[in-house]
Amino acid sequence: MTQGTTDRSFFTHNAAELAKQVQDGEVRAVARVISLLENRDPIGAAVLTHLSPSMNRAFVIGITGYPGTGKSTLIDQLIIAYRRLGQKVGVLAVDTSSPVTGGAVLGDRIRMQRHTDDPQVYIRSMATRGHQGGLAAATRQAIRVLEGAAYGVILIETVGVGQNELDVMHVVHTVVAVVAPGLGDDIQAMKAGLLEIADIVVVNKGDREGADATLRDLREWCKTVIRTVAVKGEGIAGLIAVIAEHERWRDLDSPELHKRRGLSIDLGTRAG
Amino acid sequence: MTVAATPLRILIGKVGLDGHDRGVKLVARALRDAGVEIIYTGLHQSPEQIVTTAIQEDVQAIGLSIHSGAHNSLFPRVLGLLREQGAGDIVLFGGGIIPDEDVPRLKAAGVQMLFRPATPMHDIVEFVNGLRTER
Ligand SMILES: Nc1nc2c(ncn2[C@@H]2O[C@H](COP(=O)(O)OP(=O)(O)OP(=O)(O)O)[C@@H](O)[C@H]2O)c(=O)[nH]1
Ligand SMILES: [Mg+2]
Repeated sequence: MTQGTTDRSFFTHNAAELAKQVQDGEVRAVARVISLLENRDPIGAAVLTHLSPSMNRAFVIGITGYPGTGKSTLIDQLIIAYRRLGQKVGVLAVDTSSPVTGGAVLGDRIRMQRHTDDPQVYIRSMATRGHQGGLAAATRQAIRVLEGAAYGVILIETVGVGQNELDVMHVVHTVVAVVAPGLGDDIQAMKAGLLEIADIVVVNKGDREGADATLRDLREWCKTVIRTVAVKGEGIAGLIAVIAEHERWRDLDSPELHKRRGLSIDLGTRAG
Repeated sequence: MTVAATPLRILIGKVGLDGHDRGVKLVARALRDAGVEIIYTGLHQSPEQIVTTAIQEDVQAIGLSIHSGAHNSLFPRVLGLLREQGAGDIVLFGGGIIPDEDVPRLKAAGVQMLFRPATPMHDIVEFVNGLRTER
C-alpha cells in the first residue's frame, strides 16, 4: 500500500479543539465529528459538551413522506431559496441501511449536487444503521453540530417513511410532510400518523394528474397545504413563507407552541 | 473503537461526460452487499464536486468510473484537489477504459488501484475490504 494514505494528521483527538474547529465552521471538523457521533465514539459526545447551547437559533426543518414523493428534489429547491436569503444551509439526508449486511447506497444528494460548489452549503448522508423511526441514531446530535457551526437553516430528510417512522417530530421545529398525487387509500392511512405530525403538508408533483383532488382531500384534513412542483421550483416561495411563519410562532412563545398542529396560515393555503 | 463495528464510507461516482452508469451502480450495490456505506453522486461530476462531497461525507475512499478517455487529466486533478484541501489521506481508486500504458503513470501519481471493465466484482469488494484495516 502507498505511503501516506493513512495520514489523518489534520485530525485532532482533543474534543475542545475539535469543538473550536466546528465553531469556526471548518467543514472537515464538522464532517469528522458527525462520523464520531455515528460511530458512538466518546470523543464525539465530548465535543458536544463544548458546543454552546445558546446558539440554538437555527431553523430546523424536517422533510418527511413516502418514498419517491420528491423530498430530495424539494430540498434542492429549498437550498436555493434559503441561500437567496443569505442563510448558511446544512442538510442531513437519512437513508436506510440494509438490515442484512449493514451496507447502504445513499443517493439523496444526487438531486442536490449542484450545491456542492457553494461553500455555504453542507450536505451529509446518514445511514440508519439499524435505527428505527425514520432517522439515524445520531441525527439529533448531528443537528447540534451543525448549529454549533452556525448553519442558520438545517434541513432533515427522513427515510422514505411508512406509517410509523415519526421520530422526526422530536428533533425538528417544523415537520413538512410531502405527498404526491394519486395516493388513494394511502391518504386514509396517513391520517393516523404522517399527517398528524405534520405542521405543513406539501402536495408535490403538482403537475401530475390528480393533484387537484389530492389537494382538496387534504385541505379538509390539514390547515396548511401547499402545492409544489419541485422539479420546476414552483410553490417554493409559498412553502418558505409558511415555514417562516411556523418558526416565528415557536420563537414568540413557549416551546409548546411549535408542537401545536394544524396551525392556520392563510398565505399558505393559497400558495402555488 | 473497533473498526468492524464502523461501516466503511466510500464515495462512488462518475466524472466527465459519458453517461453510462450501469457499471458504477453495480459496483455500488455489490459494495453495499459487502456492508459498505456508499455515497452515490450520480453522473457528470466535476473533480471539484467529487472532492467537496468526499470531505463533507467524511469518506475513507473515492471510487471513480471514467470511460470518457479523460482519465489522464481527471484522476490527477482529483488527487491534486484532495492534497490542496488537506485530504490526501482519502484513498482514490478507479475503473473504466484505461489503456495499459497509462496505468503506471496514474498509479505513480497516487491512484491506489485501477480496475479494468471486466474485473470480477469480487476483486473490487476485496480491495475495498482491505481499506478497513488501513485506518
Ligand atoms: N413530475 C414531477 N416529478 C417530480 C417532482 N418532484 C420530484 N419529481 C421526481 O420524482 C422522483 C423522486 O424524487 P426524489 O426527490 O428523489 O424523491 P424522494 O422523496 O427524495 O425519494 P426517496 O428519498 O427515495 O424516498 C424523481 O424522478 C424526481 O425527478 C415534481 O414536482 N413533478
Ligand atoms: Mg430522497
